[in-house]
Formats: sequence, structure tokens, C-alpha cells
Amino acid sequence: MSCPPPDENPAAAFDPAERVSPLGGGTIASGTLPPWFLRGVVGGAALIALAFLLATGGFTIVLFFVLTAVIALPTAYVWSRAAEGRRMAMDRLATLGIVAGFFVAVGPLISLLYEVVKRGLPDLNSSFFSESARGVIGAGGGAQHAIVGTLVITGVATLISVPIGIMAAVYLNEYGKGRLRKALTFFVDVMTGIPSIVAGLFAYALFAAFLGPGIRLGIIGSVALSVLMIPIVIRSAEEILKIVPDHLREAAYALGTPKWKVVTKIVLPTALAGLVTGVMLAVARVIGETAPLLVTTGVIDSVNTNPLSGRMQNLAVFAYSEYKDPGVDVQAGYDKAWAAVLTLILIVMVLSLAARWIYRRYGTDLRDTR
Amino acid sequence: MGPRLQGGGAPHPDNRMEAHADSTTQAGQILASACGGRRRPGDRIFSNGATIAAVTVLALLAGVAIFLIADSVPAITANASDLPDGKSLIDYIAPLAFGTILAAVVAVVVAVPLGVAVALFISHIAPRRIANTLAYIVDLLAAIPSIVYGLWGIFVLGPAIVPVLDWLVNKLSFIPFFAGPASVTGRTMLTAGLVLALMILPIISAVAREVFSQTPRRLEEGALALGATRWEMIRMTVLPFGRSAVISGSMLGLGRALGETMAVTIILSVSGVVTFNLVSQENPTPIAANIALKFPESSGVDVNALIASGLVLFGITLVVNMIARLVISRSDIQ
Repeated sequence: MSCPPPDENPAAAFDPAERVSPLGGGTIASGTLPPWFLRGVVGGAALIALAFLLATGGFTIVLFFVLTAVIALPTAYVWSRAAEGRRMAMDRLATLGIVAGFFVAVGPLISLLYEVVKRGLPDLNSSFFSESARGVIGAGGGAQHAIVGTLVITGVATLISVPIGIMAAVYLNEYGKGRLRKALTFFVDVMTGIPSIVAGLFAYALFAAFLGPGIRLGIIGSVALSVLMIPIVIRSAEEILKIVPDHLREAAYALGTPKWKVVTKIVLPTALAGLVTGVMLAVARVIGETAPLLVTTGVIDSVNTNPLSGRMQNLAVFAYSEYKDPGVDVQAGYDKAWAAVLTLILIVMVLSLAARWIYRRYGTDLRDTR
Repeated sequence: MGPRLQGGGAPHPDNRMEAHADSTTQAGQILASACGGRRRPGDRIFSNGATIAAVTVLALLAGVAIFLIADSVPAITANASDLPDGKSLIDYIAPLAFGTILAAVVAVVVAVPLGVAVALFISHIAPRRIANTLAYIVDLLAAIPSIVYGLWGIFVLGPAIVPVLDWLVNKLSFIPFFAGPASVTGRTMLTAGLVLALMILPIISAVAREVFSQTPRRLEEGALALGATRWEMIRMTVLPFGRSAVISGSMLGLGRALGETMAVTIILSVSGVVTFNLVSQENPTPIAANIALKFPESSGVDVNALIASGLVLFGITLVVNMIARLVISRSDIQ
């Protein structure tokens, strides 16, 4: 993403009132409004909305924002049209509309994070991490079996995806040419769009063909996750390998270094931090997958650490089954589902933040040199 | 190898060249072979390894298609009476496909304007200082697991949306989408579509933002110099420049929404009807939701029927994604 440096925003550099435009003919502005016009209108609308909702007693945050927007948008348009003319009024309206659209998009995210923390925190105690759900009917018990399962399934998926993904990226960037390369580039993009449940069905069908129908194993879930993970790993690794400077390769070749050594000793180490970051983001992307594991790893209440034998629980499926069959104490089941979901979000956040941190701390600053 | 090579991690601010992997490595190969003579065994092994990995990835994608087709065959050849609900396979899958497409279209209709607004806000309206942070926050939406959206949809958005559904049915029931009767639980197609819209919004806005921010400076400044307002500048330069990005981003979002499973599985109450009514208790079931609900308890040819429906889903998303990628690659050339 190329962001213009600060103070170069061309839109801010002109005083709208002074523009004479061949587009509309004549000056745009018949008058001017103070620079705090939009802020003033929005603030005023918010105050009116607040007063109205408090007076009628029906205050909710969502209603407050909706009412503010309903008051502010037409007011800004009508006022600006009267003072500045049609074109500036349209500009004001579009600006406010875009800002409102942004808040509509971000509002649910805030609500979602708030609700997950509020509902998940009470049940997130030590027994959640140290006990399984074995023999537990109502409240109590924990999700140790699900946490262990999540780590094993995702770990095996990572072990499968990383070598294949990085070698394929090396192929694309260092060796590939002709039709195979083109096909791979195109189909990796296509693969990123495979629905996760289809990946699950594929993994099931693959293992069922050899081990018989109805099979449920941790490793099947890992294979399903690998189908989702490999294209992500290839994409990010290819991006990173692409920006390793060519003069490093050329210098090594000039010294007579064989190509495979150039790749393993120069290119990959240079790109290491970026590769690690990409893998971590890919793990974060698949660790919360539910659908493919629902059809491949089955549901179980006790700890299983062997991906090659028996069913295996994981956090996402645990949350789903606690929601679907909460048991005799419905609220306790829901609480466990929220705690599991909160744990997942925490894992994803830690992985993404750590990935960014690693890239900043150890990553060569290659990206910005393009 | 000198220290400079080993310290290859140092930044090179003046390197403006894209990696021309082909030409440079070929030149390197010629040099290497000139110095060292023939290809070394290590080279052969490593390049074969890379090629094998590439072929494996393609084989994996082919394998997905092959295994799904192979496991669908028993359902295709089975008698209608053996299949779930005693219907023929086409009668079984068609309503599900309808549900899939309806949910995804609702999501795209809601998400595209919002995604474009978010992209414009970050690329052209928000102060530069906070734009990157805002972009990161929107990207966070994409990182949240779908099960979380599902639980949020049913426990938070569902109850909250009930008054809206009542209002829609009372005021707008002449539109077939809002024919009612309004659901009292909020488990409706509209709720599911809104949650899906949230989930696909990051990809739409990310693709659009990337291209919006690459709008040539001279076009933007030219428009402003001619006296355009900021909105006119956006409408005349940024939006036309980013049009294909918006189209392909929407297609990618559509592909996501078609295959998204957990949110629709949790939110929709399964009734499998075919209706355009978005606000009532009875709603169409998407393919993915049907698989997630039925698969764990199915056996025999029922499993094959579910896999056949998965194959249809795979086909639909494959076509949508390929179109999206073709639009992107074509616009790259220009």
C-alpha cells in the first residue's frame, strides 16, 4: 500500500470557497462555512439525539448512532446547500456518508469483542485449562481436551503445510517458468477460495477411501486444515521471496555458488522473518476453523494426544457443540462455549500481534524499498 | 562468501527493482556453469524438490475435485427412495443451492457499499496518521474465527434485530423480501446475511483500498486543480480507476459468503423451504449449513448425498473465484 506522506493530501490544500471550476461553471461557493462545520453539525446532532433518547427513555447505543446520523446528514446537506451551493453540499453529504459507513462496519466489531470478553471471562478459570469434559454433565469441567486437540491438529497441519508451501513458493520465485508456473500461480489464488467445509469433505473422502466410511481422526482434520493453509503460506512466502534483492543472488552466483546453496544460504535466511510471520498468520487463520473439523475429527469429551487414533476435540468444535447441546444446565454450556471462543480469539490475537512484532523486530526492511 | 553476503539482511533503500527472477537467475546459472562446469547433484535434488512441491499443490486441488466426484457417484446413481427425504438428488440439492446463493447475495448487497465506504475512508478521508491503524482494525475482522460470528449473531444480533424485523414487516411487507410474518427469535435469512456481510467486508475493502490508494496522483490533483470538490475528485478519478478492483473484490467476497459455514449453521433455523422472504422463521438452508448439521449423524448413501452437495458448492465457488481472479489479472495488465 502506498500511502501519501502527511501534509500532501491535495484535497486539504485548497480553500474550497476560492475554487473557480470549469466543471460547474462559475464559482462553486456562494458563501463559506467555518472549518468546524462538519464537526459542529455532527456534535449538535449527537447532543439532540442524546437529549431525545434520554427524554423518551429508550436509550441504546445503536439507536443513538442511528439517530445522530439521521439528524446530521440532512442538516449538513441542507445547511451547506443554502450557504455553499449544490456541489459543496454533495461533497459534505458524501464525506459524512463515508464516515458513517465506516462506523457501521466497525461498530459490530466492537460489539463482538465486548460481548465475547463479557460472556467468556467468567468461565475462563484454571479448571478450564486443566480439566477435560469427561463425565461432566452440567456446570464444571474444562476444555483441556479441546485445547490439546486444537494444538495437535493445528501443529500437524503446520508441519504438512510449511514445507510444501515454502518449497512451492521457492519454485514459483526461483525455478518456475512456463505453463506449470502460470498454472500454479492461478490455482493457488483459486485455492484460497475453497470453502472450508469442502476442504473437510475432501479430507474425509480421502481417508474414507482407505480406512472405510465413518472414519474420524485428528490427522484428517490436519489434512483438511492443510488444504486451507497451503495457499496462504505460498502467497505470503512468494511475496517475501520476491522482495529479496537480486544483487544478493547475483553476488553469490558471481562467486560460483551453486543455485541450491544460493537459495538455502542466502535467499531463505534473508527472508526468514517474513516467512515466519507468514506462517504464523496462516496458523492464526486456520486455528479457529470449525466446519472442516466438525466433519473430520468428531466430538469427544476426554483428552486425546494421538492424531492417528481416535476422535479428537478442538476449541472451535467444542464451542459449537456446547452451544448446540448445552446439556442439563443450559447456561453453563453457553458459558463454556463463550470461554472457548474467547480463548480462540486470544490465541489469534497473540499470533497476529507476535507475527507483526517479529517482522518489525527481525524483518529486513525490504518491503518499503519497492 | 564475504561478510557482506552473510549480512544480507541489511536494508537496501535504493533497491527499486522488482525481482526479475527469471533473467537474473539465468544469468547466474550461466555464470555458475561457466565457473563450476556442470550442474551439481545438490542443484538437481533441490530443484526437483521445489518442482515436486509445486506439482503436489496442483495435485491437491485436483485431488479435492476427484475425491469429491468419486464419493458423489453413489448418490448420483442411487434411487430417489434411498436418498435423504426420498427425493431425487437434484430435488435435494436445488433448494439448498438456492439458500446458499440467497444468503450470499444478501451479504454482498450489504457489504459492497460498506466495503467501498470503508476503503474510501481509509484511503482518502481519514487523517494519514490514523489510516494505517484503521486499516489494521478492519483487517482484524477477517482474523476472527467464524464460530465467533455465529455465536454473536445468534446471542447478540438476533435478539437486537427483532424490532427491526417487526418494523420491516409492518411498513414494507409489500416487498416480497419482507413479507413476514416476522421472526420472534431473529433467526432469519436477513440476520445471517448481515453477519456474512461483516465477514466478507474486510476482503472487499482490502482489495478496493489497495487500488484506490494507487490512483495516479496526477489524475487526483488534476481534478482538484479544475476545481472539483473532494467527492467529485473521488467520483471522477478514484472510483473509475478502482472499478475492476471493486468488482473483483465483490466476487471474492461472494465466494467467501457462498462457502461460509458456521455463521449460517448457527443462525438459521433449518426448514429447507424455498422463499425470498428474508424476515420469517422459515428460511432456506444453505448447502454448507446443511452439511455441518447433518454430516456428523449421517451414514451410508446420505453421506454421499451430502458430499455431492459439497461438490456443487465447490463448483459454484470455483467459478466465482476464477472469474474474480481473471478480472484482477486482466486489470493488472492495463
